[in-house]
Amino acid sequence: MPGLEDLYREIILDHYRSPRNRGELPVPPATKAEGFNPLCGDEVVLYLDIDPDTATVRDVKIDGQGCSISQASTSMMSSAVKGKPVDEARKLIRAFKALMSIHESKLEGESDGSDLTAELDGVRLGDLEALQGVVKFPVRIKCATLAWNTLQQGLDERESVDA
Amino acid sequence: MTEVLDVSRVKADFPIFERKVNGKPLVYLDSASSSQKPRSVLDAMEHHHRHHYANVHRGIYTIAEESTAAYEGARAKVAKLLNARATGEIVFTKNITEAMNLVAYSWARKNLGPGDPVVISEMEHHANVVPWHILVEERGVELRWIPITDDFQLDLTDLDRLLDGAKLLSVTAMSNVLGTLNDIRLLSDAAHAAGALVNVDAAQAVPHLPVDVQAWDADFVGFTGHKMLGPTGLGGLWARAELLDAMPPFLGGGEMITDVRFDGFEPNEVPWKFEAGTMPFVEASGLAAAIDYLSALGMDAVRAHEKQLTEYTLRALEERFEDRLHIHGPRDVDQRGGAISFLFDRIHAHDVAQVLDEDGVCVRASHHCAKPLMRVLGVPATTRASLYVYNDESDADALVESLAKAEKFFAI
Repeated sequence: MPGLEDLYREIILDHYRSPRNRGELPVPPATKAEGFNPLCGDEVVLYLDIDPDTATVRDVKIDGQGCSISQASTSMMSSAVKGKPVDEARKLIRAFKALMSIHESKLEGESDGSDLTAELDGVRLGDLEALQGVVKFPVRIKCATLAWNTLQQGLDERESVDA
Repeated sequence: MTEVLDVSRVKADFPIFERKVNGKPLVYLDSASSSQKPRSVLDAMEHHHRHHYANVHRGIYTIAEESTAAYEGARAKVAKLLNARATGEIVFTKNITEAMNLVAYSWARKNLGPGDPVVISEMEHHANVVPWHILVEERGVELRWIPITDDFQLDLTDLDRLLDGAKLLSVTAMSNVLGTLNDIRLLSDAAHAAGALVNVDAAQAVPHLPVDVQAWDADFVGFTGHKMLGPTGLGGLWARAELLDAMPPFLGGGEMITDVRFDGFEPNEVPWKFEAGTMPFVEASGLAAAIDYLSALGMDAVRAHEKQLTEYTLRALEERFEDRLHIHGPRDVDQRGGAISFLFDRIHAHDVAQVLDEDGVCVRASHHCAKPLMRVLGVPATTRASLYVYNDESDADALVESLAKAEKFFAI
């Protein structure tokens, strides 16, 4: 039986208590994306300022409310992608979902350990690995992935505007 | 405190309390969602399966007749429990959600048209909201909402205006979130005076209170078995016989017909007209046993026990957490049942429930299928502890201790 300390690692509680990058950015030039988890009422509002010349995430701000896992994951995501090239942010999304045992091209239950290594694709998750304990609490996985799905949505929207 | 129920004996009747969760005794505080089952209910269903399992209303053989008698016997027990005028006023459905949809799809589709007002309240469960939203889209009926006051009661200030021209008032007898008990007789009188019929969501009332559909003077009352010690898959609708007679069938298929031709069909009599296909008749035997169990305790005693325990729990929460914990519901136990919703200032409902689970304390953390109410309360979700016949002060104490742990764990 996984214990609470598996889920609520100290770094997660730290991000929950002191969320990074809270605030808003003017839209436009920034892109706004909203994510919602109807089960718990978690809400993530994400502002992305992307430099079109360098395809880099220049700035990120987050707003919204929710449980500790969703809010900590959002805060950690914002720290992880700020200043990073867009394609690296996309790699992070894939790597984070793999960490949460979500493998887009596979059916549930088909994954083995080799997938994770492949999908991590050399990406260093750093502090984000603290969220791995969430996998042992299946109903909370959606809380952890909400920020990342919202990021993906924001990047896709931005790309369709730029295209 | 004098005990109105011998809870240790009641608890011993429920096999699930023999197990542990995370090495701790099971503290089950989620009966408003679904109740646990006494041994007699499990035995009744096993007995039905082992001794007279055969489809009802079909076979001309002994066990089929026994099976049918058990099924119709269950209907009679429900009729008696609700004080229906006749057994035929009870229609079995899958659950109360289907019962509400039966009213919407059969009665309302036939009787309501564009602009016809349906009055509901802000404290309704989605089962008493969404069927009406569907009729708004499909028929252009007008949905009106009774607001709630700051002390979690229906705000009846504008009731006459809301009921003006209304065809139906559809309200809950007890809020599954706030615990608020509504005065159904008063609402029925007002609705009937305005020419509207009354549909009652009694999902939370029937398991916990003496319910008398005639004293309520309602027109439709929905209930569900799994919240009242019975199995899943079987609920029902009580309705006045003349309404049921005039209502068209809802689901078409076997059993609900007297004749089927190449050019049409003749519906069966009430209540079978609304019971298409093979019904969960084994579960009906379970429900009958659940009603026997509750009747042996006495619904007055059930209510008195829950009132005492709700008072004890509310007081324990207030004393331990003072104004750091917000209780969303009336304080006076005469005005409420044992569904207790609460929130800490800075801790999300889900995080609280997660910590409680480690101590074997089962509570619900969600919008409780009442999102309009969550919007009114201005919260995304609440944590809810709900009490029943097998709960006692030790369960309330375990809740308080575990909440104290959660508060400490998430301290800013």
